[in-house]
Amino acid sequence: MNFTFRNKRISGVLVVVPANERTFVEEMKNYNFPEARSLKLKEVMGYDRRRLVQPGVCVSDMAIFGLQSLFDRGLLKPDEIDALLLITQSPDYFMPATSNIIQGRLGLKQDMLCLDINQACAGFVIGLMQAFMLLEQESVRKVVLINADVLSRKTSPKDRNIYPLVGDAAAITVIERDTQDSVIHASVKMDGSRNDALMIPAGGLRLPSTAETAVLEDVGDNNLRAKDHLRMDGSAIFNFVQTEIPPLIQGLLDRVGVSMDAIDYFLCHQPNRFMLQKLADKMKVPHSKMPNNVVERFGNSSGSTIPMAIALNIADKITNGQILACLTGFGGGLTWSAMLMRLGGWKFCEIIDYPNQPK
Amino acid sequence: MKSVPEILQEIRPEFDFAASNDFINDGMLDSFDMMTLVSVLDKNYGISIQGTDIVPENFKNLQTIEALLRQSGAKP
Repeated sequence: MNFTFRNKRISGVLVVVPANERTFVEEMKNYNFPEARSLKLKEVMGYDRRRLVQPGVCVSDMAIFGLQSLFDRGLLKPDEIDALLLITQSPDYFMPATSNIIQGRLGLKQDMLCLDINQACAGFVIGLMQAFMLLEQESVRKVVLINADVLSRKTSPKDRNIYPLVGDAAAITVIERDTQDSVIHASVKMDGSRNDALMIPAGGLRLPSTAETAVLEDVGDNNLRAKDHLRMDGSAIFNFVQTEIPPLIQGLLDRVGVSMDAIDYFLCHQPNRFMLQKLADKMKVPHSKMPNNVVERFGNSSGSTIPMAIALNIADKITNGQILACLTGFGGGLTWSAMLMRLGGWKFCEIIDYPNQPK
Repeated sequence: MKSVPEILQEIRPEFDFAASNDFINDGMLDSFDMMTLVSVLDKNYGISIQGTDIVPENFKNLQTIEALLRQSGAKP
């Protein structure tokens, strides 16, 4: 499905990551694998360090910390926020919406919209689309999009397929109307028939969490995982990305009449280095135009990895200049999405630490 | 340049790859081993095996891996 938006822009990104850092090497002993084999995996996938929340820290905690930082530094005023969109798969509660909790704890005005959206690694582009649609309303002048997850709390430390790659983060993106004439194009696809490729089987009403769903099971390849934990069919996801993403991007560029060479950066969700290198090779895009270094520094934190890739690699270019970017997300659902837009003139673009709490 | 059997032996030294005709069903290569193998083959042969070719059928035995290398432009 294709979308076109006019006169909208991102004006800043702040990414909050837990100060708590773990390394792949120190966690290797958790896995039932020979050390040499784990080290090969580290080299290929780009696993090195990642940021994890301490016990008890929720999505709303990191989001509030980041928003307060923006308020304190005068980069955003509380009363300016007309809509708060939270994209997460790890909310504080089933009910109420975590965006309402954030609004309440920050004392934001009542004359605004709070909305939680259940999306995963494609959630940055999906969230931007929602923000652009809201900005069509006269009453909405500024939207805050928060892509946040604490999925480390839903992964098994004995599951080498998932645990080494997951990180936690909250990315805050401010979106507003563009005073200059600008056009943004997007394409989105969904395939719910493949919903079980990325899933947390227990904890909802279909299979409530019980003592039984918390029991670690041997799921093959020497991995132990409970039904309460996130599971991923790694081969299916890898093939999904390699098969579906190149035609999605090519179709978007063809529709708009822009060549691959005209794109300054392909800013993709960051699952692991190997997958992105293969994607770049398939699309004949230089690796330098498709950053792949988020996982090795912070882990894969779901919908926040595109803003993280921006802040980590090209913050100067975006605060001091302008680039033409193709943003691409892909993940649970399955959902895959691409957006062509100019990024530039941002007021802020940075990564800050959510401090460790004293023990 | 290392041979394919030498590379396989380095990745999973505990197995005798010459004794199997189905590395996947015999439990000798899992999905992460396939990615490790592709990474080493890419460097060894100066190629980039396409992501869409990283499927179990292409890593079943020495013959299928060698066919994949030829298809990916590796020089013998």
